Amino acid sequence: MKSYAIFLGCTIPARQPNYELSARKTLAKLGVKLVDLDNFTCCCPPPIQSINLESSQAVAAYNICLAEEAGLDIVALCNGCFESLAMANAALKKDKKLKAHINEILAEVGKEFKGTIEVKHFLQVLMDDIGLEKIKEKVVKPLSSLKVAPFYGCHSLRPSKLLQLDDPERPTIFENLLEALGAESVEYRDKLKCCGGLLKGISDDTALSLARDKLVKTTKAGADCISTLCPFCFVALDIGQLQVKSKFSEVYDMPILHYSELIALALGVDPEELALRSHKIKADTVLEKIA
Amino acid sequence: MTHHAKKTANMSFSDEVTSRHGGETLTSCYQCGTCASSCPVARLDSSFNPREIIKLSLLGEKEEVLSGDAIWLCCSCFNCQERCPQNVEIADLIYALRNIALEAGHSPNIYSDFASALIAEGRIVQISKFVEKKREEYGLPPLKPVGVEALNKILSATGFTKPEKTEATK
Repeated sequence: MKSYAIFLGCTIPARQPNYELSARKTLAKLGVKLVDLDNFTCCCPPPIQSINLESSQAVAAYNICLAEEAGLDIVALCNGCFESLAMANAALKKDKKLKAHINEILAEVGKEFKGTIEVKHFLQVLMDDIGLEKIKEKVVKPLSSLKVAPFYGCHSLRPSKLLQLDDPERPTIFENLLEALGAESVEYRDKLKCCGGLLKGISDDTALSLARDKLVKTTKAGADCISTLCPFCFVALDIGQLQVKSKFSEVYDMPILHYSELIALALGVDPEELALRSHKIKADTVLEKIA
Repeated sequence: MTHHAKKTANMSFSDEVTSRHGGETLTSCYQCGTCASSCPVARLDSSFNPREIIKLSLLGEKEEVLSGDAIWLCCSCFNCQERCPQNVEIADLIYALRNIALEAGHSPNIYSDFASALIAEGRIVQISKFVEKKREEYGLPPLKPVGVEALNKILSATGFTKPEKTEATK
């Protein structure tokens, strides 16, 4: 079975061991081997790209070089890491001049970008390496009474020219992967709009309004929970509900679960093993529905 | 003067932007406004309009673009870039404008914190002892060492400078 270098980034190990835990348990159950490599750094996401785009691309390339040397493709859990690394990987593979320029920089640390590996999002590994049919076969606890609102976030899909995860306006990969678990994937307005996560600390009101918009529209659509793919989206929507409560006096009680948590539950992982207690909005209503 | 500032001292602002990494597509814009109508931030905050930022950049309004708040309000969702009929890489262009603004000493203070953490730890979010202990309890493997030294060499080789904090918080 296939092996991947797992790229954790910063936010997941610092704030969301629940994401890592559920992703590792899921991939172990599905026979995907994960390798933890030495020396990965921050992927240099938008906040660092805003400081220096060239530095960010070179650091992303450095991280890709580490996986190239180990002969492994990368799986990223965080949308931000996926975007930074997959964008750099695609841009450097496509543009020889850029590659030569970045390689001059990487020579200072004894690395050379060769373009020999793929950077994949967690969802792509599930879809491409395992597949919907195999996942369906492995489900022991179907989420059949659960209405789930999938929330892609921005950097799983866009810029699609470089990321190529799915159609940026009408994606289906997440919906199909939810339905493979027996859940109902719920449609809601503005599904593909931003969670506001990157505006925190810069324009807090706008950030919170964007998060609130998701809560309003998924509630209206009758969702039992929102499912996320990114630690920033998770924080914006989970902890965000406490901020929405204090600012707008509105209570949504909308559980937020990473897709990795939902699939782990469907594959029969004991909820007690999943750190669901670390969520600010408790997942109890979801667990009752699938019990 | 920074390396870039020396190189661009006698250029028009739009030439300066297009000479930058990320800014190459500026002059393809024909001001249709697809970006502004696709923007989730513009819908909520009238002080942000990507079409306007591009127009001002094309007109050479350097000071207004670089010292204003607008360029920092983009949420980097890439909706505009995805939909632009002229293939203007708008989100990348905004990164390029931020890079130039930062060299000129304008940026929200939070970027200084990101840069400090990156330089010191190789990560932009610090990992607390509490979380390390939690990881152990959950049975997660210990975290691998971070390539901070290599990262700092790359930052130096690419002219990465930590933005200074200013007194007025944007």
